[in-house]
Amino acid sequence: MAHHRLSVSQFLILAFVSVSVPLGDASLSHGMTSLPAISLVHPLTLIAAVFTPWIAIGILLLIGYFASYLTALSWADLTYVMPATALGNVFVALLAHFWLHETISPLRWMGVVLITVGVGFVAQGPVSTTPPLNLPTSISQAEASPLNDALEKEQVR
Amino acid sequence: MMLAANPIQPRFWQATAMIATIVLTSSTGEVLTAAAMKSMGDLDDIRARSGMKGAIRAVVTSPLFVAGIFFMAVAFFSLLFALNHMNLSLVGPAAASLTLVTNTIAAKLFLHENVDRRRWTAAVLVCIGVYLLAH
Repeated sequence: MAHHRLSVSQFLILAFVSVSVPLGDASLSHGMTSLPAISLVHPLTLIAAVFTPWIAIGILLLIGYFASYLTALSWADLTYVMPATALGNVFVALLAHFWLHETISPLRWMGVVLITVGVGFVAQGPVSTTPPLNLPTSISQAEASPLNDALEKEQVR
Repeated sequence: MMLAANPIQPRFWQATAMIATIVLTSSTGEVLTAAAMKSMGDLDDIRARSGMKGAIRAVVTSPLFVAGIFFMAVAFFSLLFALNHMNLSLVGPAAASLTLVTNTIAAKLFLHENVDRRRWTAAVLVCIGVYLLAH
């Protein structure tokens, strides 16, 4: 079984997974609310909205999130990456309170604490508990074999 | 003319079915995507060997990845359908927190991840936390 700790680049990828969704959603929300009301009678205005700066930034952040999420899944368990994704909700609550000065109810603060504790629990454990599945993919066997060899050596060790 | 709010509220079993559809399709999509990524190994290594184009090609030509994206799309449209019939304050927290639990179960059953007591505790804490935050 592959048990290893996070490298710096892997930690940065997980950190980006956590912050990119709230930042992307906030950019989209800011961009859409600053536009005049869009009617379904003129759907092309929705396409034009994609090219406005805030919405374009939001879309780029969400594309970056998905790429980072997929990269993280290639070396970490789904049950390890999921809590990192949920940590984004905590960032939103903290930003809303300290930056936008919104009032956060005690129940929501309790939610912040529970998510933080949950992420802390997972972070203490191994990143991955399974070897790659070795299912057929588009990668040729020649390309995949060095990875499998390295994994086998690690398992023997 | 004022548009009247939808007077027909879904029955309990209809609301349950809509939320269950979102949760199940979302979990299926995420587990298939995770299986696809796990099957190809560390993406950073592939990128180092074959470049960014090679890494992108490896991902988008994986049948498991394509199936995962399909189920994620179904989950998205199921969410839109549910939001047409129910309030966001019910659908959002319920779907988000239940998906965490079903993902954990599916990861143990299908991806054979070692979901020990630590990860179960984390999944339940995050699940309740997401519900409290979004409610």
